[in-house]
Amino acid sequence: MALACGLAVPAAPALAQATIKVGVLHSLSGTMAISETVLKDVTLMAIEEINAKGGVLGKKLEAVVVDPASNWPLFAEKARQLLTQDKVAVVFGCWTSVSRKSVLPVFEELNGLLFYPVQYEGEELSKNVFYTGAAPNQQAIPAVEYLMSAEGGGAKRWVLLGTDYVYPRTTNKILRAFLKSKGVDEKDIDEKYTPFGHSDYQTIVADIKKFSGGGKTAVVSTINGDSNVPFYKELGNQGLKATDVPVVAFSVGEEELRGVDTKPLVGHLAAWNYFMSQKNPVNDEWKKEWATYAKKTKLANASKPLTNDPMEAAWIGIHMWKQAVEKAKTTDVDNVISAMAGQTFKAPSGITSMMDPKNHHLHKAVFIGEVKSDGQFNVVWKTAGPVKAKPWSPFIAGNDKKKDEPDGKTIITK
Amino acid sequence: MRILLIVLTFALGSCASAALAQDAKTVEKLAFGESAEKVEAVAALVAAGDEKSAALLQALADGELYTAGKRVLIVRGEDAMDAATGVKVAPLPEDREEITVNNRLRRELGRALAALKLVSPERGARFAAARELAGGAEPAMLPLVKKALAKETDSAIKRLLDQIAAALELKAGDREARLAAVRKLAASHNSNTKTLLLSFLEAEKDEDLRVEAQKSLREIEGRLAWGERAGIVFTSISLGSILLLAALGLAITYGLMGVINMAHGELIMVGAYTTYMVQNLFRGHAPGAFDWYLACAVPASFMVAALVGMALERSVIRWLYGRPLETLLATWGISLALIQGVRTIFGAANVQVENPVWMSGGIEVLANVVLPWSRTIIIFFAAAVLGGIWLLLTKTRLGLFVRGVTQNRAMASCVGVPTARVDTLAFGLGSGIAGLAGCALSQIGNVGPDLGQAYIVDSFMVVVLGGVGQLAGTVYAALGLGFANKLLEAWQGAVLAKIAVLVFIIFFIQRRPQGMFALKGRAVEV
Repeated sequence: MALACGLAVPAAPALAQATIKVGVLHSLSGTMAISETVLKDVTLMAIEEINAKGGVLGKKLEAVVVDPASNWPLFAEKARQLLTQDKVAVVFGCWTSVSRKSVLPVFEELNGLLFYPVQYEGEELSKNVFYTGAAPNQQAIPAVEYLMSAEGGGAKRWVLLGTDYVYPRTTNKILRAFLKSKGVDEKDIDEKYTPFGHSDYQTIVADIKKFSGGGKTAVVSTINGDSNVPFYKELGNQGLKATDVPVVAFSVGEEELRGVDTKPLVGHLAAWNYFMSQKNPVNDEWKKEWATYAKKTKLANASKPLTNDPMEAAWIGIHMWKQAVEKAKTTDVDNVISAMAGQTFKAPSGITSMMDPKNHHLHKAVFIGEVKSDGQFNVVWKTAGPVKAKPWSPFIAGNDKKKDEPDGKTIITK
Repeated sequence: MRILLIVLTFALGSCASAALAQDAKTVEKLAFGESAEKVEAVAALVAAGDEKSAALLQALADGELYTAGKRVLIVRGEDAMDAATGVKVAPLPEDREEITVNNRLRRELGRALAALKLVSPERGARFAAARELAGGAEPAMLPLVKKALAKETDSAIKRLLDQIAAALELKAGDREARLAAVRKLAASHNSNTKTLLLSFLEAEKDEDLRVEAQKSLREIEGRLAWGERAGIVFTSISLGSILLLAALGLAITYGLMGVINMAHGELIMVGAYTTYMVQNLFRGHAPGAFDWYLACAVPASFMVAALVGMALERSVIRWLYGRPLETLLATWGISLALIQGVRTIFGAANVQVENPVWMSGGIEVLANVVLPWSRTIIIFFAAAVLGGIWLLLTKTRLGLFVRGVTQNRAMASCVGVPTARVDTLAFGLGSGIAGLAGCALSQIGNVGPDLGQAYIVDSFMVVVLGGVGQLAGTVYAALGLGFANKLLEAWQGAVLAKIAVLVFIIFFIQRRPQGMFALKGRAVEV
C-alpha cells in the first residue's frame, strides 16, 4: 500500500506542468499479477517510445502506476485516486471483468477515460471505456465454428468448462445459445464450473472422457489464471490427446503456458487476435523492441521475453489514444472520445486495426492456434479480414433492441 | 478416405515402381498442399508402404520435415537430407521452415503410421499400432487389418485386431458379418466401441441386429461402469494422499507442539521452489541425469524447509510459546514476508517444474481408467513419509523426547531433556515434511509464490478434523475428506462439493470440537 502511494506521487512538481499524466491500473501483486504485470510493462514501454519520439502535443507523457493488488474494490479506490488526485488524462488498466465492473461507475461519474485491453464477455458499452480486447464474436464463436468444421475435427458434443465467475458464465450462455442455433441437442452440451484456483482436475478429465464416449467431443475452456496448469497436466497424464478431444481455450496464451510442460499438449487450441509466432514486419519489430526493453529494465523474465494478445491490445490502445489526442489537439475526455472514432493503427497481428466509429470496440482479425511443443502457437485458421465487434451478442435474448453505441456521447463537430 | 481406399487397392496390387515414380509429387503435396491435399499425400505414402514412405511419415510426425524454397528437407539436428531424392544437403539452408501439422493431419498420420506398423517385427510396436487403430480405423484399412490378423501370433494383439476388424465389418459388412461383429464387440473394453454401437443403433433397422447390439452395449456399459467406480476410488485416494502430505507437517507443528503456524503453507512453497532450483541445477550441469533430479530434490527440499523452519523457531516462535494469538499473527506476518521474498527473487509468475519422464503419462488398468504415474507415485510417497514419521516418533530417542515434551514439558525438563533443542528439532521436522509436500506438489500443480495459500486452509481442516495431537486421526481425516470431496464432485460438481465439505466440517467441529480422535486422559499443559 505504502509502495503504491509512493509510486503515485508525481516525480517532481515542476515537471508536472510540462507533462501529460496517464494512469496505469494493473495488479502487480496477488493472483492476477501473473497476467497483469506484463501489461503494466508494455504500457510503460509504449510511453517511453512515445516520449522518445517527442511525446504528445509537444508534452512528455508521465506514467502514474498504482497497484490495486487483485482486490476488486481497491480497483475502484485507485481509479478514483488517479482521476481526482493525480488528474490523469487517461487510464490504461484492468484484466478481469469483475475489476472492470468495479471501476466503471467511477469512470462514468468523473467522466474519465479507460482503455481495457483484455478479451471479455461483452454485454457492456460505456462512453468512458474503449475495449481493445475481443468481444465474444471475435474469439469464442469463430473458435467453436472452427471445431465444428471438417478441418477442426467436426465436433458434435461440447463440454463448456470454466472458472466460476461472470466471464465464463456469460460466454457459455452465449455459446450455448449459439450451439443450439446450429442444431446441437441439449444432451450434447455439458457445462461445468470449478472454483478459482482449483487444482484437482481428475474428476473433470474423467468426466470429459466419459462424455466423449457419446460422439466426437470438443472442450471449450474458459478456465482462468493458473488453474490451467493442473488442468492441462491432468489431460496429458490421463492420455486425452488433442486428436481425440481437442480443447480450445480463451484465456490461455504464451504467458500462461510459461509454467507448463507443453509436450503432451501439442495440438490443443487457443483462439486469439494475436499470436507471438505470427510472422510479419510489424510483429518482428515489436518483439525485438519488447526483448530489448525487458533486458534494459531487467524484467523478471527478460531471458525469455514473451508477447501475447492482451499485450498487443494494450499496445494498440495507448497508440490509438495518442493519435486521437493529436487529432483532437487536446486531452479533454469528450474531445478525445469523438476523435477515437475510426482511428487506425498497424497492429503486430499483421492487420490494420480500426476503432469502430460507433461502438468503442476494435475491428480485429481472429486467429486459431495449435499449441506447439515449445509453448508457442501455430496458426491453423484465420478470418479473411478484420471482424467488427458485437458487444451485444445476438445470441442473448433482448439484445437485438440495444443500440450499437454508448449513450451520452457529446457530439463534437469541428 | 475414398482416396485411401483407391490407393490401398492399388498398393495391394503391389505396384511399387509406380509409387516411387509418384514420390516427388507426393512429397511436394505433403509439403506445400492444403490440408486436404496433405491428407491425400499421407494416404499415398501408406499405400506405397515401403521403408522410405514410413520414414517420411515419421519425419513429418516428429516435426523433422522442413521446406526451404522449393525443396523439401528432412532435418535431424545439423544434418539435412532432401526428402524426395535422399541426397544430403549441406549446409543447412537459412530460410528453412518447419511444415506445420494440424490436428486433422496429425490424426491421419497417427493412423497411417499405425497401419504400417501392424506388421512390424517388434511386438511392442505392433501392440501400440493396434491400440492406436482401436481408437478409430478407416474402412479402407480392413484388408490390412485382416492380413495382420492372419499373421499375428500374440493373443493380446490378436484380440485387439479382432475387435478392430469387427468394428470395421459393422460399418461395411453384410447382415451375417454385421451380426457376428456385433456379438464379437460385446467383449470390448473400449469406450469407443460404445460410441460405435450407439451410432449403429441409430441407423440400424434390422430387429435381430438391434437386439444383439443392445445386449452387447449393456455388457460394455457394465464393464465401463466398473472402470468409472475404480476411477473414483483412485482419485479419492489421490486427493487424500495430497491432503495428507500437506497436513502431516502441520500435524507435528500444530498437532503435537501446539504452534498455530500460519506460515505452514509457505514452508510447502519453499520445498517446491527448492525442487525448482535442483531441477535447474541438473538441467544446467547434469542434463544426462535430469530424469533423476527428484532423487536429489527430495532430501534438498526437506533440508531447506527444515532449516527455514528451525530459523523461524529460533528467532520468532520460541518467544511466543503459550501465546497462541500472538503466534498466529506473527506466523501470518512471516508467511507474507516469505511470499514477498520469493516474489522478489523469482518473480511473480509461476515457475516451470518439469516432470521426469517416468512421472509423465499413466498406466492403463482398465480401458477407461488411466492412473497417472505422478499421482500413483505421490500416493506411495505419502505412505512412505507417514511410515517414516511414525518410526521416528515411536522408535527413536528424538521421537521419545518430542512426545515427552509434548505431554509434560516441566517433567521432561526435570529429567534432563533439553526441551528448547527438542522444540527446535521438532519444528524443523514438521517444516521439513512440509518441504517434502512441496516437492511432491510441484509435480502435479503450480509452483508460484501463492502456492502455500491454497493448502493452508485444507491442512488445518485435516488436522482439526482428525483430532489435534493424533497422527492416525490425520490419516483418516485426509482420506475421509478425499473421498467426501470426490464423491460429491462426481455427483454435484466441484463448486458445490467444496461448499458441502466446508459446511460438513463446521457442523462436525460444532458437535465434536476435539475432532475424530481425541487424546484421552489428563489434559496436557497449556
